[in-house]
Amino acid sequence: MLNLDIKGQVGTFTVNAELQAGLGVTALVGPSGAGKTTVLRAIAGLWTPDEGHIEIAENVLFDSSEGIDLPVNKRRLGIVFQDPLLFPHLSVEQNLKYGSPAQNVSWDGIVNLLDLRELLKRAPRNLSGGEAQRVALGRALLSDPQLLLLDEPLTGLDDERREQVLPFLERLRDETDVPIVYVSHHRDEISRLADLVFSIKDGAVVSEQTPNEYVHSRPDLS
Amino acid sequence: MGSLFTDPAVQEIVWLSLKVSVVAMIFVLPLAIVVGKWLANPNLRGKSFISALVHLPLVMPPVVTGYVLLLVFGRNGTVGSFLNDIGLGFTFSWIGAALAAGIMAFPLVVRPIRLAFESQDPRLNELANTLGASRWKRFRTIALPLAWPGVISGLVLGFAKALGEFGATITFVSNIPGETQTLSLAIYTLLQSPSGDSAAFSLMGIAVVISFAAILLSEIMASRLTRKRGR
Repeated sequence: MLNLDIKGQVGTFTVNAELQAGLGVTALVGPSGAGKTTVLRAIAGLWTPDEGHIEIAENVLFDSSEGIDLPVNKRRLGIVFQDPLLFPHLSVEQNLKYGSPAQNVSWDGIVNLLDLRELLKRAPRNLSGGEAQRVALGRALLSDPQLLLLDEPLTGLDDERREQVLPFLERLRDETDVPIVYVSHHRDEISRLADLVFSIKDGAVVSEQTPNEYVHSRPDLS
Repeated sequence: MGSLFTDPAVQEIVWLSLKVSVVAMIFVLPLAIVVGKWLANPNLRGKSFISALVHLPLVMPPVVTGYVLLLVFGRNGTVGSFLNDIGLGFTFSWIGAALAAGIMAFPLVVRPIRLAFESQDPRLNELANTLGASRWKRFRTIALPLAWPGVISGLVLGFAKALGEFGATITFVSNIPGETQTLSLAIYTLLQSPSGDSAAFSLMGIAVVISFAAILLSEIMASRLTRKRGR
C-alpha cells in the first residue's frame, strides 16, 4: 500500500529510510530525533528528500528519477500533529469542513464516530485538549484522505485525556478503511493500535515487527 | 463654534481632506497587504533592501519625495506626460494630492500588516495545504483573516498620516483652495496671515477630532477581534 524509499539531508541529519506498509495501522517508533517525523513530512510533501520514491496504492507522490513531486495540496493526505492546530478564527464546524469536498457522504458517519455533534458550534478556544484533537482527527478524515498521518497525536495530552481519545482512534481504525501511519513512542498506544511496527533510528529503518514482538522487545533496541 | 461646521469654506477643506485620504487608502491598502505578505516571507531574498526601499518615504524629507513625484508625474515627467495625454493629470489636482498622501502613508500601512503576517504560526498554513487548499484559498481563508488586526491598525495609521500630509503635497500639487488645499495646508495658509489665527485654531480642532475618532474606531475594532478569538 505505502511504498517508501528515500534519502536526504535535514541540516546535518541524514535520512535513509525504506519501508513497505500494508493497510491498517503502521507505527513508526524510535527515540526522539530519530527521524520519524521527517519520514512523515516526506510522505506529506512538507519536506522534499534528495532522492527516492514514495507511492501510495500505486499513486506516485514522489519520484526523483522521474522528476515527480506532487504538491502538498494534491496528495490527499490527512495529517494530525501533536498540537491540534485548529484554525482559531473558525468554528469547529468550519474547521471540519475546511478540506472537505462539497458533497461529503461521510459527514454524519465521521461526526458520529468522533462524537463531534455537540461541539460543532463551538470556537476552538473553548475546547479541551482531547476535544480539540478529536476535531483535528475529524478535519483530516473529512478531507477524504487516501492515508492518514498521525504524528504523536496523544503526546500533548495528560494520561486521563489520552485514555479518553484512544478509544476514538481504535474506532477510527476499525470503522473506516483509511490506512494510518502512526508516529509514537508510547508502547501502550502501539500495542493497542498498530498492525505493524517499524523502528527508526538515526534516520534509518532498523526493524520491522508485529506489535507483540515490539512490546516484548528490549526498550534499548527500539 | 456652531457656525464653523456650516461655513462652506471649512466644509470644503474637510471634505477635500477626507476625499484625498480615503482615495489614497483605497489604493494603498491592497498594495500594502501584498507587500506586507511578501516581506513576511522568511526566505525572501534581498529582504533588507526591499524593506529599506518601502520605508524610504518615511525617512526621506517630504519635500524631496514631493519633488521626485513632480519629476516623475509632473506634466513633463516621464510618467506624467503620458498620463497627461490620456487626460489623467496629477499636477495641481486633488488626485495628485491623494498620490502624495498615499506614498507618504505607504510604509506606515505596510509595517503592522507585515508584523501581523509574521506572527502567524506557519504550521497553520502547512495544515491547510495538506487539506487540499490552494495558495490563494490559504491566503483568503487563513492568512488574511488572521492578519485583520494588523490590517486595521495599518489602515488607521495610514489614514491619519494621509490626512496630515504636508511637505510632499505642497511641493507636488501646490496649495490651491478647493483643489489641493487639505486641512494641513489650509492651517498653514491661515497661520501665514495676521488675522488667521482663530480660523486656524478651529481647523486644528477639527483635525484633532477626526484623528481621535479614527484611532478610537480602530481600538474598538481591534479589541472586538481579539475578544472574538480569545487571544
